[in-house]
Amino acid sequence: MNEALISAQGICKDYLGVRVLDHVDIDGAPGQVHGIIGENGAGKSTLMKILAGFAQPTEGSVVFRGKPVVIAGPIAAKEMGISMIHQELNLIPDLTVYENIFLGKELVQGNGLLDKKAMIEETRSLLAKVGESGTDPRASITNLSVAKKQMVEIAKALSNDSKVLIMDEPTAVLTDNEIEILFASIRQLKEKGVVIFYISHRLKEVKQICDTVTVLRDGRRISTGNVCDVAEEDMARLMVGRELRELYPAKVVPGDDVVLDVQNLSIPGVIQDVSFQLRKGEILGFSGLVGSGRTELMEALVGLRHKAPGCSISVMGKQVGIGQYGDAIRNHIVYLSEDRKRTGLIVDMNITENITIVSLANYCHPLVDRKAEGRTAAKYAQAFDIRCKSVTELVRYLSGGNQQKVSLAKAMEVEPEIMILDEPTRGIDINTKQMIYRFINDLAKQGKSCIVISSELPEIVGLCDHVAVMRGGQLAGFVHGKDVNEEDIMFLATGVKKGVPAHAC
Amino acid sequence: MPAKISLKDRISNFNIEKYGPFLALAVLLLIMLVLQPQFFKINNVVNVLKQVSYMGCIAVGMTFVIITGGIDLSVGSMAAMTGGLMLVTTNHFNGSIPSIILALVAGCALAVGCGWAVGTLTTKGRIAPFIVTLGTGAIYRSIVLQAANGGEFRGATETYPVIGQGSFLGIPYAIFVFLAFAVVCHIILNNTRLGRYMYAVGSNEDVARYSAIKTDRIKIVAYMILGFGVFLMALMFSSRINAVSSSNFGAGLELDAIAAVVIGGTSMKGGRGWIWGTVVGVIILGVVGSMLNWLNVSAYLQGAVKGLVIIAAVLVQRGRGEVK
Repeated sequence: MNEALISAQGICKDYLGVRVLDHVDIDGAPGQVHGIIGENGAGKSTLMKILAGFAQPTEGSVVFRGKPVVIAGPIAAKEMGISMIHQELNLIPDLTVYENIFLGKELVQGNGLLDKKAMIEETRSLLAKVGESGTDPRASITNLSVAKKQMVEIAKALSNDSKVLIMDEPTAVLTDNEIEILFASIRQLKEKGVVIFYISHRLKEVKQICDTVTVLRDGRRISTGNVCDVAEEDMARLMVGRELRELYPAKVVPGDDVVLDVQNLSIPGVIQDVSFQLRKGEILGFSGLVGSGRTELMEALVGLRHKAPGCSISVMGKQVGIGQYGDAIRNHIVYLSEDRKRTGLIVDMNITENITIVSLANYCHPLVDRKAEGRTAAKYAQAFDIRCKSVTELVRYLSGGNQQKVSLAKAMEVEPEIMILDEPTRGIDINTKQMIYRFINDLAKQGKSCIVISSELPEIVGLCDHVAVMRGGQLAGFVHGKDVNEEDIMFLATGVKKGVPAHAC
Repeated sequence: MPAKISLKDRISNFNIEKYGPFLALAVLLLIMLVLQPQFFKINNVVNVLKQVSYMGCIAVGMTFVIITGGIDLSVGSMAAMTGGLMLVTTNHFNGSIPSIILALVAGCALAVGCGWAVGTLTTKGRIAPFIVTLGTGAIYRSIVLQAANGGEFRGATETYPVIGQGSFLGIPYAIFVFLAFAVVCHIILNNTRLGRYMYAVGSNEDVARYSAIKTDRIKIVAYMILGFGVFLMALMFSSRINAVSSSNFGAGLELDAIAAVVIGGTSMKGGRGWIWGTVVGVIILGVVGSMLNWLNVSAYLQGAVKGLVIIAAVLVQRGRGEVK
């Protein structure tokens, strides 16, 4: 193994009086892909932010090229050749692809004006390197899919001529195909001697792409070793600190009553003629590739998007009009959005205020009864094991998993009969995942009905008895019972095989 | 959790963003105590409060608009238009009690209606509030100028001025109106659904929409509350001086009001702020103005000092704010 190019030594970080990193050491050698795994809140992102200059350690030091250094900020880090690709993408939506890539390092002609031609050309070759030659450098970021944005971020990091590249959950929004392209670029970088830190929840990928893996738990380094010496199960065990029990609970057999009947739902240009039914006590999966229209479909269903006329929705056998989200809530349908930060929670409000925001009318007589609100929040904090100092803590300071628990509490507060969960386990740790699976399962046992949208096939297969697969804004078909397996769903999602027609189920 | 908190923790946990304005006011008063103890004579204190209570009504209303992420630059001209309407109405009916009631209803309807119009244009019409109110402000002002033929409306009754010139226990009604409005607004903002939704809309409009909040309606109501504040100001001030100058009435008021809100710790980005902060901001502006008079600072320079106070207040708040 080469000498370490960068190493963190005895790093501690206190955040608002809480120690989130406790004497962590980590090394990165040229040409090494160093996987960093751990549950949410284990301190992975914080550690990486310290290396990339976004945060300063409370104790400990960073050694770069054999010398202790202070990485004062992201610009200093960039000058040293350290780049980080964040979990939440950092692109400016109103600028074009090439403008984003050259942001802060624009090429200038001799006369002082921008050399757009050169920047566009260079962007084109960078995009080609990450397999995105189809993307126009002059396209606006707003118009790109999440996966394409991710690839642009990677191209941007490449353009920095980075010596150290930190990737925080780079594959969370990518399809298998795109992951392969990403891995190919990682391997190229590796050959050039770049140090790569790779944070992921997907152990399979860590096994596939990393050389070394470090496990963090509760802010401490638990172990560092060669990837080939550690099995996936061992990684999971080290992360959790105890044996993992069965991840998915036994499936629930749904009843016969149809609680939700959707006919001919269309969104011009996005969704064509989707019809499906949901039964009492059913967990209906919605699968499909990113961009297949699952989220848009559900948002239209609950009144968060305009639907084309001609759609009919019945709840418990009664036809209802859902023009805005309030109508869905009145019909006991609740939607848990996939994007916690953008549409799920108000991070600058506290836990209590977030939980009661939809059901606030129940606490107003006519002034808000804060004590009653607090009791409700405390009840959920206990039931869902929301880890916080108090229920008046701002949501901003919670880990992803705990934020998701707050979202669940917020949704449960309106006493839904039908719950639509969009990517309920995205970016959260395995313990919380298991908790959420149990929670969904319990809901079904109580006779409530759930729709689960997920890009993680094992999750759909493990939870659902009945799965709708979408492709290109249409229902590609359904699979159910024994046929619920990853291959059959993938065939439908990619259009290799035709499914059972929608109305036959 | 043990309730005991050490003094050191208390100091380091001190919420400067929230209580900073109180601290600043205390410092100002302390300086005055040393330099000019006469400042604390009851007459002078009442006078200072009276001077700022007019602008204060607007600042309190403006707090709602800024918390929801908006701004209103047309309040000064709106006040002139509203005050003018009320004067003309009472004059027309010779100042009988019914005519005063009619004037109040008309003035209130006009100001709240203007708030509704601005709110609707920014939400349904999707125009930035800065632009909308730049436009409406120009429209209001020119309507008043046209109606008064460039001069001023004069009160011709004996009843109307009683509202603005009267007092109770030696304290002018204007101060009561300002404080009562602040108390009501504080309760709305802190203890009602509407208030909570305003913070939600200002903090993250998308999440608010995904929480079944009618975001447009909330924003429009914020502008309507501000309209009501403008009505109160127009009523108290036009009846105090018993005249409305078509070119001067309310001029520059929007900037003082916004300054008071910002000094009080309300974030211009929306989602954060509180009424008592604004009230303190209003009083700070009043104390600074009065202080400069006592210290014989040239009237021309007073604007500069005010500007410095505003910038300093924001700097202090940002200094301790979160570094992104």
